[in-house]
Amino acid sequence: MQVWINGAAHELPAGARVAAVLDVLGLPGRGVAVAVDGELVRRADWPATPLVDGARVEVLTAVQGG
Amino acid sequence: MDGTTLVVGDRKIASRLIMGTGGAANLEVLERALVASGTALTTVAMRRVDAATGTGVLDLLRRLDIEVLPNTAGCRTAAEAVLTARLAREALETELVKLEVVADERTLLPDPVELLDAAEQLVDDGFTVLPYTNDDPVLARRLEQVGCAAVMPLGSPIGTGLGIRNPHNIEMIVAEAGVPVVLDAGIGTASEAALAMELGCDAVLLATAVTRAADPERMATAMRLAVEAGHAARHAGRIPRRYWARASSPDPDD
Repeated sequence: MQVWINGAAHELPAGARVAAVLDVLGLPGRGVAVAVDGELVRRADWPATPLVDGARVEVLTAVQGG
Repeated sequence: MDGTTLVVGDRKIASRLIMGTGGAANLEVLERALVASGTALTTVAMRRVDAATGTGVLDLLRRLDIEVLPNTAGCRTAAEAVLTARLAREALETELVKLEVVADERTLLPDPVELLDAAEQLVDDGFTVLPYTNDDPVLARRLEQVGCAAVMPLGSPIGTGLGIRNPHNIEMIVAEAGVPVVLDAGIGTASEAALAMELGCDAVLLATAVTRAADPERMATAMRLAVEAGHAARHAGRIPRRYWARASSPDPDD
């Protein structure tokens, strides 16, 4: 299935969980947060929350600003 | 009263100068400026992760033992700001948020309707909300009434360096506020930071004035001293203004 990660299309196996996105990006879990289709997914729920085809996933972190 | 400690909600912050990290040429320059400023609380923005940027700014703030204040910069609606704040709380493990909901790119002025809506939602969700607001005493009062832990009126639009365009409004906000008032945005140089404190603000938040100065470290030192000086002057009880001169040396005939 195809999911959109920070605006870019990625192929993930059907039934992939949110935790798989962090692996795709090669990111540690610390200092980042994930929203799927405009809703926050808590860190504790990453391993169990399935993604659906066409899901829009945003992975955010802190950058210089303000 | 302790001159340097700022109390926001149940937090004690060891400096009245809150810094931003935006605009610094690189992390080395930023580090020297942050150290020189003496800040204990510093803003960051939330953006899509990018392998190139990484989490360098977070690592820096942790190493310097500076508390992180995530902002919602770039949000135009209450819904966007609430989601960004929740993402920041999840990523950074803090309930502090600098709430910014701006109306347009040209002015970057707060949208008061969206701001108040977002503030109320975030307070209800357990956040310690520090809203970037207009220099409007009525809006400041409304933000306090919905439970914001501070109010942060602008001196002038973000990044302009135009100083405090409406000092009387800032004084009115200070006179009415039961929460800390933080002058946020518009500071260009040290005298303006001192003025904010002399008007009775509890703290100053600035970024551009330091990070885009020719010598950020030196300007950060100037801002630290200005905030301390302005705060001391405010609480020292200045002399009344007089129309005519008043000699400070004894009369020669006495």
